[in-house]
Amino acid sequence: MRKIYDPIEFQPGMKTIDSNLFDRVLDARNRNNPASYTTADAQNALQKETLSYEDFAALLSPAAEPLLEPMAQRAKAEREKNFGNNVLLFTPLYLSNFCENQCVYCGFNCQNPITRYRLNTAEMEAEMEAIAKTGMREILLLTGESRSASDPEYIAEAVRIARKYFSTIGLEVYPMNVDEYRMLCESGADFVTVFQETYDLERYKELHLAGTKRCFPYRVCAQERALMGGMRGVGFGVLLGLADFRRDMFAAGVHAAILQKKYPHAEIALSFPRLRPYKNHAEANPHDVHETQLLQMMLACRIFLPFASFTISTRERADFRDHVLPLAATKISAGVNVGIGGHKDQSAQKGDAQFEISDPRSLAEIHDAIIAQGMQPVYTDYINTNA
Amino acid sequence: MQSLQQDPLILGGKTFHSRFILGSGKFSLQLVRDVMTYGKCEMATIALRRANADSPENILDFLPEHLTLLPNTSGARNAEEAIRIAHLSRELGCGDFIKIEVIPDTKYLLPDNGETIRATEILANEGFHVLPYMYPDLICARHLVDAGAAAIMPLGAPIGSNKGLRTKDFIRILIDEIDLPIIVDAGIGTPSQACEAMEMGAAAVMANTAIATSDHCAMMAHAFRLAIEAGRAAYLAKLGRVLDNDAEASSPLTGFLQD
Repeated sequence: MRKIYDPIEFQPGMKTIDSNLFDRVLDARNRNNPASYTTADAQNALQKETLSYEDFAALLSPAAEPLLEPMAQRAKAEREKNFGNNVLLFTPLYLSNFCENQCVYCGFNCQNPITRYRLNTAEMEAEMEAIAKTGMREILLLTGESRSASDPEYIAEAVRIARKYFSTIGLEVYPMNVDEYRMLCESGADFVTVFQETYDLERYKELHLAGTKRCFPYRVCAQERALMGGMRGVGFGVLLGLADFRRDMFAAGVHAAILQKKYPHAEIALSFPRLRPYKNHAEANPHDVHETQLLQMMLACRIFLPFASFTISTRERADFRDHVLPLAATKISAGVNVGIGGHKDQSAQKGDAQFEISDPRSLAEIHDAIIAQGMQPVYTDYINTNA
Repeated sequence: MQSLQQDPLILGGKTFHSRFILGSGKFSLQLVRDVMTYGKCEMATIALRRANADSPENILDFLPEHLTLLPNTSGARNAEEAIRIAHLSRELGCGDFIKIEVIPDTKYLLPDNGETIRATEILANEGFHVLPYMYPDLICARHLVDAGAAAIMPLGAPIGSNKGLRTKDFIRILIDEIDLPIIVDAGIGTPSQACEAMEMGAAAVMANTAIATSDHCAMMAHAFRLAIEAGRAAYLAKLGRVLDNDAEASSPLTGFLQD
């Protein structure tokens, strides 16, 4: 029987860092009350050149929903100023779907009877070669959160192989200690993304029943440890819809802003995955995140963090993804296969997927869709001068 | 009359008849050629980080051949990274010009003058024609001269802001005191602002966002060219007296003089 830890208790092997980040983020989150803002507050926020935390909260609030159009106009201008019409392309590669956690909303939940697999070195390389052949130059390497099935050295091996084929390498793996991030950075990794899922501690406790992921503060401080380990940039996100999505989005934005201020060289990225509301649900749930709310979250974040890179998920339908590119998103995945294996040969997929995607377009199709709206696909935007 | 044809800009021993340098980082690549034609640009920056890999949509495949490349080191956060990117630029055959950008701040994209001076010295010694992007500080500009810079590129306002010559007084000091071409880079949002910089005596203007974010990029490039030429001609012709804020006092201060 596994020991079930208290979610604020560090588990064996998790090292602390000297930082007040956790308290600052949680304090800001706990003081945030989306219902306290008026449409006038949001209008006022839209007039400002740089936004305070309060202004950001006003744009995330229900009272700002009638201002979606002016928010879109402002967001579009900020996006143009900072990124022109560039759209970065990347593809994710799932290395392993073994997971030691019991997260009630996740397809990789260790109690789900899915087909588990981890790619060996030769399989990784074959997948990467197949992806690189499509023209893709940025890759995001992912694993389920299992140290035993995918230890840091296994991930480092994947990074070293990826360096042969790609100019930019991101990681979306379990949170680690500073020395482990440093080792991965020295192996050639550039970016680390960790989804907090929710910043609501009580809800977090209900959703993460067991495993290392249950430790809430260790996860909140993962991006800072990654930066201390030398990573060039870090990504943030919540799974919108797990808890009060407005408060979660606020906490993620403030988290990113605090870290950028502390580490001004760090590149900041945000992603916006959501739980889709049930169709034909009799009563509207205030926590439901429909496209309107999702767009509002993205626009508010674009105005608050105009310099940050935003990724639009393949969980969204193609038309939605295309339309948010000029307004808020700067990065889009293409040619996505979320199973384990299958880039080289679709029929040879060896492990099941974490979730279903809604935009299965190939790289060539997404490339053409970007060009068709007068935007510029960018395949490489970074030189790793250590490599 | 001195014509603009007899007024070349000389950078790194090379003669340019255009004083409009195009930043290429925020465009659709399909438009770049048109923009350069209408802007009559002879030099354009390219971000090495976009051109380094053998990848689709490489800007090097879209630029006219007669163009002089001004590769930049964007993405560098310190002198060492800028130097490595400059070396890569040479390996890729992008020539000896290099625009040093050392930016350790992802929010405002402001340059680190100290690291820029360090990188300039090392690369100038290696034979690069170094054009450093800098915050307009006279003392740092003097260090850049000593370090061997070929020109100085002070910012007019934060990158991408289209706010114009917010640092005007400091750029004027550089123009007055530094014996190298001063090329205003970053922040220029309208042709009239570019014209103003040229009237002050800037040697050239670099623009990107102002053109890339307009509805008709090629037409806007044309407008910038005309504005830059107008400003240069006005500078050469020497501005007449502009009655602005130095109106004469009604009772003379020198009326006490007797012989």
